[in-house]
Amino acid sequence: MSLLEIKNLRAEVDGHEILRGVNLIVNPGEVHSIMGPNGSGKSTLAQVLSRHETYNVTAGEVLFNGKDLLAMKPEEAACEGVFMAFQYPVEIPGIGNTYFLRSALNAIRKYRGQDEIDAMDFLPMFREKLKLLEMDEKLMNRSLNEGFSGGEKKRNEILQLAVLEPTLAILDETDSGLDIDALRIVASGVNAMRDANRSFIVVTHYQRLLNYIVPDFVHVLVEGRIVRSGGPKLALELEEKGYGAIDLAQSVAQA
Amino acid sequence: MTSAAQTQTRQLEHYLGSFAEFSKRAVGHSLPWLRTLRENALERFCQVGFPTTRDEDWRFTNISAIAEMPFRFSSEPVRISTRDLDPWQMEAAACRLVFVNGHFSAELSTLPNLPAGVHVSSLAKQIAEKPAEIEHQLGAYLDTERDAFCALNTAFAEDGAYIHIARGVVLSEPIQLLFLSAAIGGPLMTHPRNLIVAEEESQAAIIEDYVSLNGSTAAALSNTVTELVARDNAVVSHYLIEREDARAFNVSTLRIQQGRSTNVASHSLLIGGAIVRNNVHPVLAGEGGECLINGLFIGNGRQHLDNYMYVEHAKPHCGSRQFYNGILDGHGHGVFHGRIIVHKDAQKTDAKQTNRNLLLSDNAQIDTKPQLEIYADDVKCTHGATIGQIEEGALFYLRSRGIDELSARKLLLLAFASECLDRMKEQPARAFAQELINDCLFEVSKRRDDAAPAQGTDHGRRWKEVG
Amino acid sequence: MSSNTDAIRDFAQQEYKWGFITDVEEDRVPKGLNEDTIRLISAKKHEPEFMLEWRLRAYRHWESLEKAQAEPKWANVKYPPIHYQDIVYYSAPKRKPDLKNLNEVDPEILRTYEKLGIPLEEQKRLAGVAVDAVFDSVSVATTFKEKLAEIGVIFCPFSEAVQNHPELVQKYLGSVVPYSDNFFAALNAAVFTDGSFAYVPKGVRCPLELSTYFRINAASTGQFERTLIVADEGAYVSYLEGCTAPVRDENQLHAAVVELVALDNAQIKYSTVQNWYPGDKEGRGGIYNFVTKRGKCAGVNSKISWTQVETGSAITWKYPSCILQGDNSVGEFYSVALTNNRQQADTGTKMIHIGNNTRSTIVSKGISAGFGQNTYRGQVKILKNAKGARNYTQCDSLLIGDKCGAHTFPYIEVRNSTARMEHEASTSKIGEDQLFYLRQRGLKAEDAVSMIVNGFCKRVFRELPMEFAVEAQKLLSVSLEGSVG
Repeated sequence: MSLLEIKNLRAEVDGHEILRGVNLIVNPGEVHSIMGPNGSGKSTLAQVLSRHETYNVTAGEVLFNGKDLLAMKPEEAACEGVFMAFQYPVEIPGIGNTYFLRSALNAIRKYRGQDEIDAMDFLPMFREKLKLLEMDEKLMNRSLNEGFSGGEKKRNEILQLAVLEPTLAILDETDSGLDIDALRIVASGVNAMRDANRSFIVVTHYQRLLNYIVPDFVHVLVEGRIVRSGGPKLALELEEKGYGAIDLAQSVAQA
Repeated sequence: MTSAAQTQTRQLEHYLGSFAEFSKRAVGHSLPWLRTLRENALERFCQVGFPTTRDEDWRFTNISAIAEMPFRFSSEPVRISTRDLDPWQMEAAACRLVFVNGHFSAELSTLPNLPAGVHVSSLAKQIAEKPAEIEHQLGAYLDTERDAFCALNTAFAEDGAYIHIARGVVLSEPIQLLFLSAAIGGPLMTHPRNLIVAEEESQAAIIEDYVSLNGSTAAALSNTVTELVARDNAVVSHYLIEREDARAFNVSTLRIQQGRSTNVASHSLLIGGAIVRNNVHPVLAGEGGECLINGLFIGNGRQHLDNYMYVEHAKPHCGSRQFYNGILDGHGHGVFHGRIIVHKDAQKTDAKQTNRNLLLSDNAQIDTKPQLEIYADDVKCTHGATIGQIEEGALFYLRSRGIDELSARKLLLLAFASECLDRMKEQPARAFAQELINDCLFEVSKRRDDAAPAQGTDHGRRWKEVG
Repeated sequence: MSSNTDAIRDFAQQEYKWGFITDVEEDRVPKGLNEDTIRLISAKKHEPEFMLEWRLRAYRHWESLEKAQAEPKWANVKYPPIHYQDIVYYSAPKRKPDLKNLNEVDPEILRTYEKLGIPLEEQKRLAGVAVDAVFDSVSVATTFKEKLAEIGVIFCPFSEAVQNHPELVQKYLGSVVPYSDNFFAALNAAVFTDGSFAYVPKGVRCPLELSTYFRINAASTGQFERTLIVADEGAYVSYLEGCTAPVRDENQLHAAVVELVALDNAQIKYSTVQNWYPGDKEGRGGIYNFVTKRGKCAGVNSKISWTQVETGSAITWKYPSCILQGDNSVGEFYSVALTNNRQQADTGTKMIHIGNNTRSTIVSKGISAGFGQNTYRGQVKILKNAKGARNYTQCDSLLIGDKCGAHTFPYIEVRNSTARMEHEASTSKIGEDQLFYLRQRGLKAEDAVSMIVNGFCKRVFRELPMEFAVEAQKLLSVSLEGSVG
């Protein structure tokens, strides 16, 4: 069975249709990259999948592990194993990073009928993951994302991914604003999480990230539709020719 | 006619005369677009004249000394040997462009083979050879309407550095731009103009370094403008180092235009000059842009160091961080004016500003003024300012552990300064700055004739302006 | 409407739980205020001559202010004129309880306190907390009084202190807040009926938390209590106050005065959870809470710490302050003020640095929801001879929805160049984004809301005694009504 199946998904916000019939199948262990120009609907797709309520789904179906994902609340989707690494992680004062992450992990464990994990068992595992992301433990005593630089926030997203161990991770422009060193760290964090059961949807504007996180499939999203799909080479082609060329090819194909 | 108006007319005539001479033979004088740019800028300058302390943006800084001095515009290159540059070396730079009195010196510069896609040249050369490439970039974002010095610079814009980093290119070593002023025989003005364009996904660091020739005999005015354009996803660090001699005037404007998801840092280190005005004006014009504005100013004697930040948030989800630390000794006067403007569309803005100051003498003075103008409703803006002295408790603690007073004092000053150093991401640039700070703080901590601030004067009252 | 919005509303939309009315017979003086009212109140309390004299002086001062229309109007709050002659200035439960014997307290009143979670009966008393229960104008019961007396701690109703310890009262009454301090302080001095009095002798660390629970019950009455706490050299005391009132359509005036005196090396920690009736959603009814609270760090190394959680009242006007007179003395102010619906709060502090090396800390967290208006007003004043003074101020506002407002008015006067001042301020909005982020990580919507609000207030809650911190968190949850815009 496929992990995620998106059928003819249409979604709008404030009356503007953004997704206009997206179809996508993600099998366990696969890494799919979704590329496209700004405003093509990449982030909207990521938000709809993680159940952001701003977006109004007007048609289509999304199955996650055979369950109706669109019927789930954000926290249900999360507990079912959907994780989103945000493009703009929010700051929340007064909530410690470590405390928050353990609360989230326990909420998910509780949902799955597992025992809650106590601080003693949590910490060693947590420290392990910190090392993976080359993050300072001191940062974790601070409030959630508060005062973090852009790069630190993105790394924190991947750290949370590593701790919560979802089955589907959606990375929404995790590469934006990162310098080359931070990009490498983030990518190696993601790569360490790749295995036969975990799938990734990597949303990005640029091909560069895909040099480090090599996808199995690349899809090009233009004006709310996937207009081309292919292997990693497609990303290189896009880098070379730009999205304009794709757009044109599509309109020719449709004519 | 009042005498103030007469003075002003005399000042303007002086600049009109210099411009008439300059515009005839300046590089690119035959290019219509450049001619128009220069002439319009001069006209604007003549309209507004030099700012006075009645101007809100200049209320803490009196520049009449600059306005009244009959600066000459230097046209002919001065002979300088490489030995003259010895005190200003910086290791680990990818390349170094040297400008003497505002003019590029090919023989003093080091331009090794740079990676493909990195273009570094003098602006004059670019204007002479490929003006079309910069026609739509030069002056594109600078506000000559508001700022007389920017207008003046644009009128006299001719040379400086032109740096272009192609798409996706990562340059790991910094580019050093060394500006040497050699004022011999009379007051001299230079108007260096730099243009830096970092294309999408590129990465670079640029160091602008202002120094005076040992043996200069008169005051020099360096009135610089740097336009830095960071296209989507570019990562750029800019360093300004002002270490000219005690006669020098330096007015520099860094205008940053940031695209989507860009990451730009501006680091300023002001340790030299008589009157220094450091304008940093980033515009976060693309979603998700981030800007770090980091600075350290150390003033003593009668130095006046004015930092004027003008941070504009124009698009959503952008972050700006301002951190300025000041150390003032003797009769040093520091200014931090931090203005943040959040435009209507810039929801989810996260802007932070911190200005910390140490006053080491009773005659030192700091004016700090945050100014937040917020037109969007879902934003986070914080500001903070502190004014304090070296903590006697900490000093005593160190001394009780056997460290002599001078070393202890220096240690505490270094700790204060290191907050700024830690924010410099580029190791070679940080090491360079560290060394400069070390030397400078050693000088500051040495002079302890007026160790304990006497009672009576009230610097604290300035704090009221920190609302 | 999204479920985020619902979550905030659900989380918040609980009625004011303390709004019931107790049915007791009352002994009231007629409405209105004149010298006779004052004489009557003083006579009812069998006060010594010096008290009456003081009250009358205060009354005359207040009368002159009233004639000059000098009721303070500078605060950022709006309310219709108060008719001072329409207020009942004394109201007490008729069966005057013998304070030594709880059995004689009206069982209705005992039940009232029980309902409020403050049991007064011997077997149910809160461990580690001595409670003085003030019901309308009088104190009805004080627990653990004898136990405290064994170590020399005096904790009793103010009226009792006037009888039994007149020398202490005469020495300290008005020494921090003179009757001439301001309009409401003058009114209070003239007509105050009861309150709590505590004196901790030299070197004694008070083993119990002292606590006063104020309850307004009667209609048309004002509550004017006065609290005086003195910590003698080297003493320590932690004092808590809680306040509730029934739901009534009319506005009721509460003009209290609190004076604290800390001598050499003494420490006073004063915590308030203020939950007077805030009025209904349209702004009908509710308490006008116009309170003057001030502490004097009179001795060297003394410390006064104010912590307040202000969720109630239609209008709050209060500035718990510290006069830092002794060298090395420390003043602290931690505040959470929440305004919801039509509530208005103008609150903050004053830190007056007089002694050398005096330090003050101000942490203010304002939460505005609904149409609530929240103003922080704070003054830090460093006098000319205060060498090495330090202040840290942090002032944050959280907006919930887009109809509410947050305002910040810091006043800083520094007259000594060795001062060190730090100031931080922020305004932020609780948004869909924060909630979505937490929910995406698996947390339920209601947990996410309370996590955000409590996170915001954490720095202040940390200062509250344990039981109070828990209560404050709960209170904040139920006081929050509104929605994300």
